[in-house]
Amino acid sequence: MTYLAKPKLRHPALSANARGFTRRDYEGRISTLCAGCGHDSISAAIIQACWELDIEPHRVAKLSGIGCSSKTPDYFLGNSHGFNTVHGRMPSVLTGANLANRDLLYLGVSGDGDSASIGLGQFAHLMRRGVNMVYILENNGVYGLTKGQFSATADKGSASKKGVANTDSPIDTVSLALLMGATFVARSFSGDKGQLVPIIKAAIGHVGAAFIDVVSPCVAFNNHAGSTKSYDYIRAHNEAVNQLDFIQGREEITADYAEGTTIDVTQHDGTLIRLHKASTDYDPTNKVAAMNYIQSHQALGEVVTGLLYVDNQSSDLHRNLNTVDIPLNALSEQALCPGTAILEKINASLR
Amino acid sequence: MHTTDIRNPDYFHKVVDCQWACPAHTPVPEYIRMIAAGRYADAYMVNWVSNVFPGILGRTCDRPCEPACRRGRVEEDNFAKPEPVAICRLKRVAADHKGDITARLPALASTKNGKRIACIGGGPASLTVARDLAPLGYHITVFDQDPKAGGFMRTQVPRFRLPEEVIDEEVGYIINQDVEFIGNRRIDSLKAVLNENYDAVFIGCGAPRGRDLEVPGRREAAGNIHIGIDWLSSVSFGHIEKVGKRVIVLGGGNTAMDCCRSARRLGGEDVKVIVRSGFEEMKASPWEKEDAQHEGIPILNYLVPKTFEHANGKLTGMTFEKVRAEYDAKGRRNLVSTGEPNVLYPCDEVLIAVGQENAFPWIERDLGLEFDNWGLPVLNEKTFQSTVPRVFFGGDSAFGPKNIIWAVAHGHEAAISIDKMLNGEPMTQRPPQHLNILSQKMGIHEWSYDNDISNDLRHVVPWAAAEKTLKSIKVEVELGFDAATALSESQRCLNCDIQTVFKAPLCIECDGCVDICPMDCITFTDNGEEPDVRKRLTAPATNQTQDLYVADGLKTNRIMVKDEDVCLHCGLCAERCPTGAWDMQKFLIEMTHAGPACRTPALRRDAA
Repeated sequence: MTYLAKPKLRHPALSANARGFTRRDYEGRISTLCAGCGHDSISAAIIQACWELDIEPHRVAKLSGIGCSSKTPDYFLGNSHGFNTVHGRMPSVLTGANLANRDLLYLGVSGDGDSASIGLGQFAHLMRRGVNMVYILENNGVYGLTKGQFSATADKGSASKKGVANTDSPIDTVSLALLMGATFVARSFSGDKGQLVPIIKAAIGHVGAAFIDVVSPCVAFNNHAGSTKSYDYIRAHNEAVNQLDFIQGREEITADYAEGTTIDVTQHDGTLIRLHKASTDYDPTNKVAAMNYIQSHQALGEVVTGLLYVDNQSSDLHRNLNTVDIPLNALSEQALCPGTAILEKINASLR
Repeated sequence: MHTTDIRNPDYFHKVVDCQWACPAHTPVPEYIRMIAAGRYADAYMVNWVSNVFPGILGRTCDRPCEPACRRGRVEEDNFAKPEPVAICRLKRVAADHKGDITARLPALASTKNGKRIACIGGGPASLTVARDLAPLGYHITVFDQDPKAGGFMRTQVPRFRLPEEVIDEEVGYIINQDVEFIGNRRIDSLKAVLNENYDAVFIGCGAPRGRDLEVPGRREAAGNIHIGIDWLSSVSFGHIEKVGKRVIVLGGGNTAMDCCRSARRLGGEDVKVIVRSGFEEMKASPWEKEDAQHEGIPILNYLVPKTFEHANGKLTGMTFEKVRAEYDAKGRRNLVSTGEPNVLYPCDEVLIAVGQENAFPWIERDLGLEFDNWGLPVLNEKTFQSTVPRVFFGGDSAFGPKNIIWAVAHGHEAAISIDKMLNGEPMTQRPPQHLNILSQKMGIHEWSYDNDISNDLRHVVPWAAAEKTLKSIKVEVELGFDAATALSESQRCLNCDIQTVFKAPLCIECDGCVDICPMDCITFTDNGEEPDVRKRLTAPATNQTQDLYVADGLKTNRIMVKDEDVCLHCGLCAERCPTGAWDMQKFLIEMTHAGPACRTPALRRDAA
């Protein structure tokens, strides 16, 4: 952490996006996390993605639970809405907010403790319901705020800083999200912004629950030999199935790739994800194959990263509930309480 | 690209833009921090060691440091008017507030070494040679045509910019080092001086001849036409106390600015500066032009003098041809007549300040001392030695008119040459600089310097009231910063000498530094050729004059590239680094001056 606020001065050549903002305008307060924390890199990736997508900061709501990861919304998008909820309860608060105002862009930030332990149930149901949001799980395998005990995502056999091996089975949040019906599932690494930023952009463009598990090393408690969530381990075992470009309609596609090495996925809102396959047999639109691939490679000790699954016919909670297009919080009292006569009519239809 | 060799002293020296740009390589950020800490005497001494005349330079320096200052680049596109740190005026603060520093000056040489050195001309170059060599035991004799030492600083810089006391004090520090000063002695023959068997002769006689302007009417109206530098020295000595009401100053350099502002104080009511070239191309420093305009002196450009108009032997005005600039294919400028009729500006007096020339009529041409086609002595550019081995040159007399700080730099180098020569050492072997690089880490997030970057804009130096300053040529115009303003201004300094030092083997490539850097200076990327790498950085490095700091040896085989251009030296990269791969280290580089330190170690041992 640093005591000083980041200087206001910025690079003279820093450019503004279509909204007239520079990347620095998407920053938040100075981070109080430990120096070298992967979470700070994820914050920087979110800042970069939002700047590139010309997002208006006041159209974003960032919600989090408790933990190191859940502190980070203070460190990006300083002009957006925020809600630091109860431990593990970010999904339900976010679902409520999303139901009340469907027009905002919802960003849920959570950690492995917040999502895989105390909030596991909430996590599962959010995915099932397909709440339209981006769920970023900052996964370091330890409880950093309480001095580095193993979390539920720590691999069996991985060693703690003191050298003690973990005996519990890990929860694989990516597989769980797939099982629970998430329509956009990705895994990335805090140390690889080249992969992470486009994934965040694609997730923001996705309609429905978009889940990103980001391995984010804890420098203080989980970056030693024997850890399976250290910078060195992830770099050595990273099995990236693809790199992607996220393309909005107005952009011209100029990159040229050899035939058969790319897959284009057009999402519901017209945005295009162009995947450059690193692994020739990987098809991210096939859910069963994806689950197989993830499991088989995980068994080999590899950390599979990239966009793992995307459903381009995805739906979301509002569509499933057939709610009106106008956000509920914008409806007038007249529309919300149409009067006794209408109530009588509804009651009569149900008798 | 290859890993940057940070052991090469020039690498980090270049990052300290101000110090690199200063001919005498004054450690600017070092003394600015001292000023911030209220250590004015310490700040003064850091200056005194490097540039000899801090109080004088703090008022009159040409400030090569300021256009180089990183602050100006950093503020670009952030603030409406990017400005460098007011380095020069901070120097003056140190001089104004220092108190008595005589006890800190070098002790008088306890024993003389029996070697005699003559310095011809009592200006900054000669005085620097005297200051460097007198404490070593040399017997120095300085000759000057004027009664007091100081040269151009005393005779041509007007008193409203540089009070006499300041010159007396700083020249005094040198003369009091048992230096023999012989005033009122114009040297007419170098041969005669050489015949007196001095061990070395240093010539620092300046560029004493002001250029004239030969256009019709020059001779007829001679009584009202003056050469700028001669007129300024006459004013300085009190020989001239008045000027006509309407004055035209010809020329666009700093001498022209001194002339017009002096004229304004001696009764000139309608004073104007007229230049051939465009306003932007004028040689005068921008701030001197501003100062003149501030005093109500218009600067008219693109006017080529044609005739002096006169009646009954008195000047009545000047005519000028209107021109415009045209550039040929090679970018060379030509002034072309606009075809409009010539314009007449009525005036009572004209001051010609269109340049200075070297003149050595007193050097006999049969001494073996060679001159080049431009009438300048043939010198070794490093040693300042002429073709007569024991004769050295420095200041304006060496390579043509420059300024005080260059004269000081020449003086230091010539003093080293003389000292080495008289100790029987090869003078082409120049001494290495004195280097000190040390981590500034004091605690987990504490540094020995203030790394909180100030957003202040450049502070304006207060001026004395115009009705007072325009009445007398002796009232100093600038008042200098008070202590509070000096502190605020000093905080604008980015401490560029506190270097970001990177150790690749410690780096875990967590991106912490990349994410926190407010100026997007740091990138981890694949190696390549420099032009290609420059384009691929987080913020493309377009300023080719600034180096890239490259380190390889990372686990991912990428390279760390730091663009030095707009680094704030805020140290956040080092604060965010979990492994100490980044460290903030103070790089103090000091020039070696004449004395035992400038001699080669092997020879020093022999002597002992």
